[in-house]
Amino acid sequence: MSLDMKQNFRQTGEVWQLFQHTIHCMVTRPFYPGRLLEQILVLGAGSLSITIVIGFVTGLVMTLQFGYGLEKFGGVLYVPAIVSLSIVKEISPIFTSLLIAGRIGSGMSAEIGAMAVTSQIDALRALGTSPYRVLVVPRVLATVISLPLLATFSSFMGIFGGLLIAMSEFNMPAGFYVNKVLSTITLTDIFGAMGKCAFFALIISLLACYKGFRTTEGTKGVGESATWVVVRTSIIILISDFFLSKLIILLFE
Amino acid sequence: MNATILQIRDVKKSFDEKAVHRGVTFDLHEGETLGLLGPSGTGKSVLLRSLIGLEQIDDGQIIYRGDRIDQLSEKQFCKVRTKISYSFQSGALFDSINVFENVAYSLFEHTRMSEAEVEARVMEILKIINMQEARDLLPSDLSGGMQKRVGMARAMALDPDILLYDEPTAGLDPINVDMVLEVMKKFKDQGQSSIFVTHDIPAALKICDRIIILRDGKVGFQGSVEEFETSTDPFVKSFLTGKIV
Repeated sequence: MSLDMKQNFRQTGEVWQLFQHTIHCMVTRPFYPGRLLEQILVLGAGSLSITIVIGFVTGLVMTLQFGYGLEKFGGVLYVPAIVSLSIVKEISPIFTSLLIAGRIGSGMSAEIGAMAVTSQIDALRALGTSPYRVLVVPRVLATVISLPLLATFSSFMGIFGGLLIAMSEFNMPAGFYVNKVLSTITLTDIFGAMGKCAFFALIISLLACYKGFRTTEGTKGVGESATWVVVRTSIIILISDFFLSKLIILLFE
Repeated sequence: MNATILQIRDVKKSFDEKAVHRGVTFDLHEGETLGLLGPSGTGKSVLLRSLIGLEQIDDGQIIYRGDRIDQLSEKQFCKVRTKISYSFQSGALFDSINVFENVAYSLFEHTRMSEAEVEARVMEILKIINMQEARDLLPSDLSGGMQKRVGMARAMALDPDILLYDEPTAGLDPINVDMVLEVMKKFKDQGQSSIFVTHDIPAALKICDRIIILRDGKVGFQGSVEEFETSTDPFVKSFLTGKIV
């Protein structure tokens, strides 16, 4: 077995241990609700504006492209259904998760990594507190709560963006567009997407915290950890999305 | 001699193949300041970290007030860490919160003191380190010496039995060294026992009651400050004078 393979297996095992430890800390005292709220504000509310922009612009572009593409075959009427379904089920969850992986995952890893290389994590332990409770649990919970909500909001903005283009470019009545969207999107689609986002959030936050804790070699190590997190989480999000989508189809459709 | 508060018995510790401690044994007594000296790489800081469970020892025993603490889980160690405090070489202050919040951290975590009581306690400690005016400053606004003093204050907040100082005077100018030693003396006068890891021989002679020198992973010398100064052992003499004897 190559050294890389061994290292990957070891890291997978360590992330699994961190996950178990995090779950244990989530259900046992002491709790830090103040820190959780702070993280939700930093991670969730802090990402809202960029999520709105991405969602909205995606809706504009998709409607434009699908609209002109389908117009050749007389299929403009299908645009609301296609756009809304794509946005809700795939585009928003994936785009928002990748955005959060880049913005939050790297930041989380760099912050914890900087604490590790300046002995602040040791200081937390030396002062009789668990770094997992203080640092990991609030971040994991905040990401798992925030990401599905951000993705849902992004979907809404995408559909709204689509409505504006459908009305202005293809003269589609707003009522028709909205009716088509509402008759296409089901609760299963929305909750399925939120479930996928919760899973991606868990992956992003766990890997970010894991790598942060294992950061060494000063500022160079902090930068490397941030890069590692963005690359790994992006790959895992994209690959696992296929399997999760398949699972949701098998179970609910 | 006062009662023994901490016993280190035949402690062994290795990193990979490199043995750092090959059987370190010594005691710390109530109210005593013990200087822990030794050449670089002899594991002085590792030993301090082992005493509060930041490092796991491979063999031997660490006994605090009659109870073994070397085999405690991380959760059990949290309670011990309210009694044995560690002052980091770099200060290791939490850089996102101010001086007051750093010192108050363990009070909010481990006590049920009201905010007014916490404030009173923090200001009392900040007065000892002569930094009342710096309460609202962030660690990045402080000099190295000030950061170390705040780190010591933070370690002192819960009024622990034992304070472990990891090179508190390293890298400081003589004025700051005196300030740090003054703070240590004030803590000592309050009855705290302490272990003082340092390469600063004059500082150790000024503040310590006993001296231990680690050598080749074991205790190479152990005795009072007078015994240290008058030792005829070539290793101790060369360590004391900084010259090869």
